[in-house]
Amino acid sequence: MNIQANTPLLSVEDLSVAFGQGDKQNLAVKRISFSVNKGETVALVGESGSGKSVSALSVLKLLPYPSASHPSGKVLFNGTDLLHADEKTMRKVRGNEISMIFQEPMTSLNPLHSVEKQVAEVLKIHQGMSDTKARQRVLELLTQVGIRDPETRLNSYPHQLSGGQRQRVMIAMTLANEPDLLIADEPTTALDVTVQAQILKLLKELQAARGMAMLFITHDLGIVRKFADRVCVMTGGEIVEQGPVAEIFDNPQHPYTRHLLAAEPKGMPPVQNDSRPVVVQADDLKVWFSIKRGFLRKTVDHVKAVDGIDIKVRKGQTLGIVGESGSGKTTLGLAILRMISSTGRISFNGADIQENSWKEMRPLRRDMQIVFQDPFGALSPRMSVSDIVGEGLLVHFPDLSAEERDRKVARALEEVGLDASTRFRYPHEFSGGQRQRISIARAMVLEPKFVMLDEPTSALDMSVQAQVVDLLRDLQRKHDLAYLFISHDLKVVRALANEVVVMRNGKVVESGVSDEIFDRPRTAYTKALMAAAFNLETAPEGVVSE
Amino acid sequence: METMVQGAMTGTQDERKRRLSPINQRRLANFKANRRGLWSLWIFLVLFVLAMGAEFLTNDRPILVSYKGELLVPTFVNYPEEKFGGFLAVTDYRDPFIQEEINANGWMMWPLVRYSYRTVNNEIPVPAPAPPSWMLDKETRCVRYAEGAEDPNCVIGNWNWLGTDDQGRDVLARLVYGFRISVLFGLALTLASSVIGIAAGAVQGYYGGWVDLIFQRFIEIWTAIPTLYLILIVSSVLIPGFWTLFTILLAFSWVALVGVVRAEFLRGRNFEYIAAARALGVSNRTIMWRHLLPNAMVATLTFMPFILNGSISTLTALDFLGFGLPPGSASLGELLAQGKNNLQAPWLGITGFIVISLMLSLLIFIGEAVRDAFDPRKSFA
Repeated sequence: MNIQANTPLLSVEDLSVAFGQGDKQNLAVKRISFSVNKGETVALVGESGSGKSVSALSVLKLLPYPSASHPSGKVLFNGTDLLHADEKTMRKVRGNEISMIFQEPMTSLNPLHSVEKQVAEVLKIHQGMSDTKARQRVLELLTQVGIRDPETRLNSYPHQLSGGQRQRVMIAMTLANEPDLLIADEPTTALDVTVQAQILKLLKELQAARGMAMLFITHDLGIVRKFADRVCVMTGGEIVEQGPVAEIFDNPQHPYTRHLLAAEPKGMPPVQNDSRPVVVQADDLKVWFSIKRGFLRKTVDHVKAVDGIDIKVRKGQTLGIVGESGSGKTTLGLAILRMISSTGRISFNGADIQENSWKEMRPLRRDMQIVFQDPFGALSPRMSVSDIVGEGLLVHFPDLSAEERDRKVARALEEVGLDASTRFRYPHEFSGGQRQRISIARAMVLEPKFVMLDEPTSALDMSVQAQVVDLLRDLQRKHDLAYLFISHDLKVVRALANEVVVMRNGKVVESGVSDEIFDRPRTAYTKALMAAAFNLETAPEGVVSE
Repeated sequence: METMVQGAMTGTQDERKRRLSPINQRRLANFKANRRGLWSLWIFLVLFVLAMGAEFLTNDRPILVSYKGELLVPTFVNYPEEKFGGFLAVTDYRDPFIQEEINANGWMMWPLVRYSYRTVNNEIPVPAPAPPSWMLDKETRCVRYAEGAEDPNCVIGNWNWLGTDDQGRDVLARLVYGFRISVLFGLALTLASSVIGIAAGAVQGYYGGWVDLIFQRFIEIWTAIPTLYLILIVSSVLIPGFWTLFTILLAFSWVALVGVVRAEFLRGRNFEYIAAARALGVSNRTIMWRHLLPNAMVATLTFMPFILNGSISTLTALDFLGFGLPPGSASLGELLAQGKNNLQAPWLGITGFIVISLMLSLLIFIGEAVRDAFDPRKSFA
């Protein structure tokens, strides 16, 4: 425990959170204690399911009571115990003395309210401001959070703003009443790296200017190191270690902290070798979605999701595609697999497949597989793992007997590091990392030649990410696979891809051998991307989107 | 985290077959927890099974006859009266002469109630509709039998427990047969319209685009046709029977599920695991059947009890108006109509009302319990 001479602003003592009712109690947070001093940034760091968000939400009593309960503990804010305070007191504290920023900027703003209405609401509730006064204050706040042309933005609706702008509006709302404490629950996780860097910088500046304390919840150690004063490492509902950031990072005591710090994607991508045969090639690939207007639905313009891209993927090699969200990475991948229509030449093993019908593509599907991003969405919840993995076999090897199919499924599961005896269970019984392994097994059981990996590690925890990266690399070496690896996470790309294409707005910004691009980026955009990803640094205005 | 689940339990092929998926186990437990729904289900099942065996419960033929050493089953076989020394093509076992003949050469075992739905009781003591037998004393009850109170046929088996209708037919017998045909009609109609509705909704939702657009407009026009008037018109041309009514009602009732299923498929086709299945080369039909249909089933199952109730009450309504099943068939609607026409005989209307409301309430309670069991939000409460 870190006991300061003066009393801390927020002090959580011996807090437990339980879910469920009756005899089915499930302890999500077990007797944690930490404190936040005035003007200090404390980071709660841990993997998904560690109880960090639940701890933060219980400070404001925002959990789904009565299915959640607190068997023990106190939350002292300025000397008042919030945990036992009534709703009326809580309403005065929420959004006024303690504010909160949530992870998902898409859903934390009301889609039917304009920016002005959203932000002014807090002012009206807690300060009883008049419309004109509130409007002035909203403008002030929007300027402070770095929204350009705040006057014109007042009447914008959330869908007209980018993700970064929405998060800025969220921040403006939380700052409206000059809170003493800001709770930020993974505020940048849903944002692109470049935007993340901007938002973090903004939060840091605002905090310094106002002397605000911040409780920062994140799974990203990079952010903690750069951003926080003190850190509490959580796992399994307990704080296993806490202390000043420098101390914890340089000299971690608890094995879990060490494990977390060591969990960076490591290893080397395959060696660049231009003499290997090309498995997949696309020339001048375009995916244009037409914008139709008027009564006759005349095409007036196009959304150029992929706009004239040439790529080559060689046997046993990995081509990484990086870019921000909306840059057309996934669209490109899907077009190459002929999952969506496109123009341009696509060839697979030398044969042109662009003109193939859906039926003609079916035999080829065996050799071209996909692993998707979301390990929860990519597996049918109503099928057992064995059925999920065996489905492709049913299509492409209809002659296999049930036993042979079962044997192949079991072998595929073991190859991706899962216990084959778990194959009769359902996806929800597995963790995120295990599910991603099941997805990989589903692709690998068909013994494909080319696999498109669409952000396969983005939804996973850091330590699991590293394991999946290792697994993918092992499989590639063993089966001499060609990978098309799509990711916005440059660290993972660096560990897997020997060639990289940087995309922006459907076009290639820069491409080449991965070491070249990572060590000596040529364009300003790539440089900004690297700086944001590896050092959380913002780029000069105009280089990246906001 | 990675090793959390692994190795904790080993599954075998057998185990998989026996095991309900955890989701279904939870649903079953939820259903059982709803006591009203569970009791309704049991009561309904008992009534349904009894009604399915209506011929053994209330019939104008004995269940088993032993005649001159031969064992006869009149319920299943039409024995000509010659066999017992009569002259009719079909034996009237209620005839005292036949009864005497059989009892002299063997025995007969009657069902609980010795009337079928169309048996006219010629021995009712007062003009039809006659009140329930237990409302009369023994003398009055037996007044029309040949030997009065001493007549061997003036027994409890020949009571009209719920009285008779205005044609002297036993109300209880008509009730049992009417319940059976109502429930069977409802079930058949629900099943058929669900199959068609789900198929249509699935195709629209999955393919979207023009298929969806054209189908949706067609359904809008189709549902604008007033069903009841159409049935009235058709039944004035055709003789309405079970299957005629079934076909006409089916033509309109299948649209009920289309919207729900279509919405589920529209939502579901963008799921990543659908994309994954497509990438595996799985055919559209298999994707719809294996991946999308289970998702739509929850919504469908939720609706089904209400469609069932709707089907039953439509049939009752048509019978009440006289445009339903052919004259003479056992039907609850006709019973209600008789009750309305014979207000002096309250047992008709009261019986009809109680049975119909009981049946519909039971089905709604069951439906409610099923809906709650499938409600994902309820499972954690």
